[in-house]
Amino acid sequence: MTEHAAPHAHVVPLAVYFGVFIALLVFTGATTAIAFVDLGRFNVAVALTIAVVKASLVLLYFMHLRYTSRLTLVFVGIAFFWLGTMIGLTMSDIVSRGWFGA
Amino acid sequence: MSDTNYLNVDYGIRSWLLTVDHKRIALLYLGSITVMFFLGGVFALMIRLELLTPAADVVQADTYNKLFTMHGIIMVFFFLIPSIPATLGNFLVPMMIGARDLAFPRLNLASWYIFLVGALFTLWAVFTGGVDTGWTFYTPYSTVGANTKVIPAAVGIFINGFSSILTGLNFIVTIHRMRAPGLTWFRLPLFIWATYATSVIFILGTPVIAITLALVGVERAFHIGIFDPAIGGDPILFQHLFWFYSHPAVYIMILPSMGVVSELITCFARKSPFGYSFIAISSLAIAFLGFLVWGHHMFVSGQSAYASLIFSFLSFAVAIPSAVKVFNWTATLYRGSIAFQAPMLYALGFIGLFTIGGLTGLFLASLGLDVHVHDTYFVVAHFHYIMVGGALMGYLGGIHFWWPKITGRMYPETLSKIAALVVFLGFNLTFFPQFILGYLGMPRRYHVYPDEFQVLNVMSTAGASVLGLGYLLPMGYLLWSLRYGARAPANPWQATGLEWQTPSPPPTENFVVTPIVTGPAYCYAGEEAEVV
Repeated sequence: MTEHAAPHAHVVPLAVYFGVFIALLVFTGATTAIAFVDLGRFNVAVALTIAVVKASLVLLYFMHLRYTSRLTLVFVGIAFFWLGTMIGLTMSDIVSRGWFGA
Repeated sequence: MSDTNYLNVDYGIRSWLLTVDHKRIALLYLGSITVMFFLGGVFALMIRLELLTPAADVVQADTYNKLFTMHGIIMVFFFLIPSIPATLGNFLVPMMIGARDLAFPRLNLASWYIFLVGALFTLWAVFTGGVDTGWTFYTPYSTVGANTKVIPAAVGIFINGFSSILTGLNFIVTIHRMRAPGLTWFRLPLFIWATYATSVIFILGTPVIAITLALVGVERAFHIGIFDPAIGGDPILFQHLFWFYSHPAVYIMILPSMGVVSELITCFARKSPFGYSFIAISSLAIAFLGFLVWGHHMFVSGQSAYASLIFSFLSFAVAIPSAVKVFNWTATLYRGSIAFQAPMLYALGFIGLFTIGGLTGLFLASLGLDVHVHDTYFVVAHFHYIMVGGALMGYLGGIHFWWPKITGRMYPETLSKIAALVVFLGFNLTFFPQFILGYLGMPRRYHVYPDEFQVLNVMSTAGASVLGLGYLLPMGYLLWSLRYGARAPANPWQATGLEWQTPSPPPTENFVVTPIVTGPAYCYAGEEAEVV
């Protein structure tokens, strides 16, 4: 093996897992509740914000990103970059339709 | 020394179906994708048979729509995408890096079973009515128009995607963590660099096509407006999401072939590759840039002119790393001691055909010219020069090159050279006339056409028959060689690379003693590989 740095398994207290789990349930309830409140164009923004917070909790704690090696973080960074590329270049079309008369 | 190897260690069916040996799993894939290849080939021959004459003789429009759809779905998702990674990649990645297996052997077997389930779903769709959307599943036709088995086919592709993701994950972890002592990144064989770049695309791109096809299913089944403008959706959004995966998928198909060709050129020119590091890094550059060019499929879709401008520029940029490879391969040939064995013939064919395919891609990346040739046979010819002239030539070259290692048997050399030439001639006769047909304005996806296009279509159909023969020949003599071929030595081509340091066929554990690498990957220029 040329790379010996086998990551040491980080032992996370059960309380952290349960805490994150409860937070996810609370956020799910919040998403459902806010769906019944008319916030106009902000309904989507609020729902997406909550979803991003929930996804971050899963990534950081359930998927151990908070305790992982730099190499894994590089791969996570690449994944987010790719997601940004997909959304960014797609939006380059959607927001510019009608420019130059086309 | 024991004669036990991975093939004769156990003969029971159970030992194959439950194997976690990467070499046996490679053969399971080889068998599966060969069946899919010939099924897709039958659809192709039926298409060409219909196009022999201008009128509708063999099939009517509805059946023709299903034929080209199922040809595309089977060839793209169930043959070309898994072709080299799942067979040669599975067999060679651990051997080339001096490992005993992939990082996750059980996951590897699971990948094959997932592939089978996906393939069976799609075959069910094929044989219970078929699909007529084209392999691209464009909306809103696929969600509200088509009255065919869209959802089962999409589910099959969705399931198959997990096989790709898990294979890519397995390769990446294996290449990072299980290289032999001394095997640094820039001592890796170029096939490994290409497989690594392909694996990155597998992991980053495949989830997007899976989710996109799931959304097609959701809109079709529950009428939730995502892509259908009548219920608030955006059909061009589908094309963005589809091509975000499906354009990089072209590089999933071609990059492994490029890796194979790098191995073949160096071996049969008896030279270290010219610009090793440039060829290696260009694989990653293709994987990266390949994700930024998808909009060139959409110049006439209603995509904004501003976005088209960006995508056109980026599409020209991706030609640079591809050209780096072509120039470096030809520079490797310069003053090489070239042997025209069958694998080398496929490699040389690859260089020529891929160059034609790549250069005509630049025509299509040009905003003005694309309007003229879009959705014509020019596009069909272009992508077949890449996918068949490129990817499939590399696959056949690789299968021939490593066949002695995989099976322990040599194939008949003269017949294999004839087959390579038949494939090359048949391919060009099939697809070159299609460039002209497209330029003259013959649209794709129609079963009837004006009389003036018949001569070129007859040439194309005749070429398809020759090409079919060219594919049947290797099928025949490779199977023949399993029983009657001469026994292969460990290194019949005098090639470098760790896989040639072990017997043919290899033992289950690949290497009796873990190799230690002390030199670069290719030492043909009068140097002996320093592998102990």
